[in-house]
Amino acid sequence: MTAPGSGRIEVSDVSISLGRGADTFEAVRELEFSVAPGELVCILGPSGCGKSTLLGALAGHLGISKGKLTVDGEQVSGPSPDRGIVFQQHTLFPWKKVRDNVAFGPKMRGVDKAVRQRAADDILRLVGLAGFESFYPSQLSGGMQQRVEIARVLINQPRVLLMDEPFGALDAQTRAMMHEVLLDIWTRIPTTTVFVTHDIDEALFLADRVIMMSARPGQIIEDIRLPFGRPRHIELVTDMEFVRLKRHFLDLLKKPDRALHCRA
Amino acid sequence: MAGSAGPEQSLGPRLLVRLGSILFCVAMWQLASSQRLNLGILTFRNVPPPTEVAQSLLQLMHSPKLYAHLVSSLWRVFAGYGAAALSGIVLGFAIGRSRAASDLLLPPLELLRPIPAVAWIPLSILMFPSSELSMIFITFVGALFPIVLNTVHGVANVDQRLTASARSLGGTRAAILLEIVLPGAAPSIVTGLAIGMGTSWFCLVTAEMISGQFGIGYYTWEAYTLQNYADIVVGMLLIGLFGMGSSWLLTTLGRLLMPWRRPTMMR
Repeated sequence: MTAPGSGRIEVSDVSISLGRGADTFEAVRELEFSVAPGELVCILGPSGCGKSTLLGALAGHLGISKGKLTVDGEQVSGPSPDRGIVFQQHTLFPWKKVRDNVAFGPKMRGVDKAVRQRAADDILRLVGLAGFESFYPSQLSGGMQQRVEIARVLINQPRVLLMDEPFGALDAQTRAMMHEVLLDIWTRIPTTTVFVTHDIDEALFLADRVIMMSARPGQIIEDIRLPFGRPRHIELVTDMEFVRLKRHFLDLLKKPDRALHCRA
Repeated sequence: MAGSAGPEQSLGPRLLVRLGSILFCVAMWQLASSQRLNLGILTFRNVPPPTEVAQSLLQLMHSPKLYAHLVSSLWRVFAGYGAAALSGIVLGFAIGRSRAASDLLLPPLELLRPIPAVAWIPLSILMFPSSELSMIFITFVGALFPIVLNTVHGVANVDQRLTASARSLGGTRAAILLEIVLPGAAPSIVTGLAIGMGTSWFCLVTAEMISGQFGIGYYTWEAYTLQNYADIVVGMLLIGLFGMGSSWLLTTLGRLLMPWRRPTMMR
């Protein structure tokens, strides 16, 4: 379905306002960046910096007030299975079994029942959930539920994968495991990924490139390509360069104006 | 649940206590009516004892009258409640999903809602050509409001993130309504159906007492006018039994239709 090399995101001069009437405020201001096809970008920022708002706009759930937002040259206007989004938790359909949750996208495209169920089983095997096809989401652990979420989005072969703090509700160990699971899946199904988080370790471990946003109104204050190779393993977090970059981002989190001076 | 330690161990004795409690009540009733107990403000002089009631029940079960009474009552509930369930769920969906429908439909419904269904009886006798239809209408009115309001509540409270996810996965409007909103609102709808079932039985019995020629409510009232006092209690017991049966039917149906709500955690 997806042509090779597709999935380029262009964000140019994008501002987004939220709220109504007197309560209107600018969530993000004049964002400018692009994501190359197949790239995994983490957007890092303090809570309330508008990073989820930006993701909502990319998904097409929120409108932008200024600028231009395109994927492969097409203006984003409303949700589409081409831009799959994974939220933090509890967005699996509780009344559908795991297999039917995953097969929902193909069902909407009118794919034959037997075909879509086979496709769902295949992708569930890929995320390590073979044997759980007939379970209801509530019968799975948090980590397993997030695997189903990822499978449910990837079965649509989206141009871009949008992840909104997908592992934020998991305990530290499960989260570390999910990082390796995600990278493994991403290697096998290379998809342009925008991953929003406030966790510096998470961003450094996963990303090709980390974009950092300031507090509201969110503006880009840093954009760094990470020097780490792949495949990555948990030992990376004690690497000298990893620690140095972590300190850098911690400093930015504390005094965000420094970065603007550095970049100017 | 985790709090109650060893429920299986204490269930036997507790069951005995519960059974004993019922037997005690029946025994007190027997004693009070056979002694024609008079407490001043309350007298058991005309209250038939359980033994007489049991005899009347056996008699009724052997007469064709029982069948005729039950069939007419059940048919009225089926028709009135069925119509209320169908239109209530449709109205609830419209009001819960569309602002225009809510502005259009909710004000008149809110105005009519405080009027108890039983208060409709005189007007409905005037409005409908047959007393049969007027009784069905009363049953309908009794069930309609709880069903509409609970459906609206359920539909309006479906998790926004679920509908957002469905739209991101390519869900069409119709599919989201059918596959996300309907099951999401189902628990609330079933609650409305259960409450509506109770009120529709209540309304039916009242309506039958006033304008029926058959039916279990009519039977109970007829027993009073004919001074067959034991039959009054038989009628009451049958009304209770069928009310209980229909709400059991609903909860069972709800459980079958919503298997994901069964508390069978695998982990």
